[in-house]
Amino acid sequence: MRRAILIAVPYAWLLALFLIPFAVVFKISLSDIALAIPPYTPTAKDGIWNMLSQLDFENFIFLTEDDLYWKAYLSSLQIALISMLLTLLVGYPMAYAMARAPEQWRPTLLMLVILPFWTSFLIRVYAWVGILSGEGFLNQFLLWIGIIDAPLTILNTNIAVYIGIVYTYLPFMILPIYSALDRLDGSLIEAAEDLGCSRIKAFWLVTIPLSRNGIIAGCFLVFIPALGEFVIPSLLGGSGTLMIGKVLFEEFFSNRDWPVASAVAVILLLILIIPIVLFQRNEQKQVEDGK
Amino acid sequence: MNRLSSFNVVSLTLGFVFLYVPMLILVIYSFNASKLVTVWAGFSTRWYGELLSNEAFLDAAWVTLRVAVISSTIATVLGTMAAYVLVRGGRFMGRTLFSGMIYAPLVMPEVITGLSLLLLFIGLGLDRGVLTIVLAHTTFSMCFVSVVVSSRLVSFDRSLEEAALDLGASPWDAFRLVTLPIIAPAVISGWLLAFTLSLDDLVIASFTSGPSATTLPMKIWSSVRLGVSPEINALSTILIGLVTIGVIAASLASKHAALRAKRDEQAAARAA
Repeated sequence: MRRAILIAVPYAWLLALFLIPFAVVFKISLSDIALAIPPYTPTAKDGIWNMLSQLDFENFIFLTEDDLYWKAYLSSLQIALISMLLTLLVGYPMAYAMARAPEQWRPTLLMLVILPFWTSFLIRVYAWVGILSGEGFLNQFLLWIGIIDAPLTILNTNIAVYIGIVYTYLPFMILPIYSALDRLDGSLIEAAEDLGCSRIKAFWLVTIPLSRNGIIAGCFLVFIPALGEFVIPSLLGGSGTLMIGKVLFEEFFSNRDWPVASAVAVILLLILIIPIVLFQRNEQKQVEDGK
Repeated sequence: MNRLSSFNVVSLTLGFVFLYVPMLILVIYSFNASKLVTVWAGFSTRWYGELLSNEAFLDAAWVTLRVAVISSTIATVLGTMAAYVLVRGGRFMGRTLFSGMIYAPLVMPEVITGLSLLLLFIGLGLDRGVLTIVLAHTTFSMCFVSVVVSSRLVSFDRSLEEAALDLGASPWDAFRLVTLPIIAPAVISGWLLAFTLSLDDLVIASFTSGPSATTLPMKIWSSVRLGVSPEINALSTILIGLVTIGVIAASLASKHAALRAKRDEQAAARAA
């Protein structure tokens, strides 16, 4: 009985506030703009539930007809993928060095990685506006040391978006990789080296495969949220930066076209289902391995 | 194994420079006298004064704090329950769905979560305001709490709990007197995580709040869209300062607790 309550309470909460809302989005995405456009007053619950007769795929057809949407999906996928790889490239060496650092340093290093993660995301993105702008600190610095003659345009380009994503998501990449490397048995690498592997070969053949779960977790933790990112492309990207999170936000708040915004969300969700399921299985497996 | 090569040292140094220099610049330039944020014109605390006399910011800060305290507290209770179910619940119907609903919100893009909750609230005819933000924040942060707590529960020695049960404790007493004190650090860090996530959230709050409730990130957002502003730098510095103090205090406290536990263990070993 007690066990039933223990299961039922969080279960019901998540069903009501996580799963059912998706059904609502799905429903609205299949409805007409006239019915759903604000200010539409949902008299009782009929406004949403009794429209079953009027289902149509108009909004999805609209998405395929307008270039903007599929281009935004593709460019989000590209930006998320490139940023994920860049984050891995920056994060892996850091996690590796942390795992090799003397025992007494590790808590401090770990705290230094976690600290930015606790600091406001919005503020960390905002910090880059002042650095990357035309007269910003990076340009001032580069002009001062004489590498460039004229200021570079970085803010409001995709490069700024990559920098923003790598910067804000870096702790998500470092932490799972660090925890995988931390558990790694050092004698395995010594054994590989004793048996004639070069250090680099031992790294590729032993360290990388054994930290695989950490790499996978880190990559998903960066890729999936980055795909729907809104703050970074809006603040650092330019008019040429197309990302679906930004399109959805603007469709909703500026154009006030709720059915199209819902259709955009449904497709984004369909794209994400496979990565999310893979991520969940990877996490679940790690929990069970830990037992 | 425990020797850093020069490559390790370089990657750590560059990595931390990358992580900290942007925040350092914000902090330094919050004390800049000039309104131009990239030109240094002498030390001043003018922007702090202006910030603290800005009613709109203070109101938003108060809303944010209330939302964060309430939502993180509910999220901690629900998240701990969920963690218990995941680790100890055994098999039950819909377990896969349950664990999916715990892990999916961790990575779900905020625009989707925000949009779907808004449409739900409108469908239910709920007035948007503090209550709806609290419901939204509780939902995603309980999942983070549950992940943090379940990682502690997994490594928890179950025989302690069984001993309590054998000695006649009710399951609730065993949880309250044995399990909870042991997993307490994880529960506390879960609460802190939920609290910060709530303080920090812009997108979901934008969707789920109404005209009656503006949170601090929403306020920051509307002003940073227009470019860099020294007042926001001052606000950022205050927030960064609070987080730094909090994190350092928490890590000192946990270090202290670890030392004490070690001493207790040694004392117990000597006694035995």
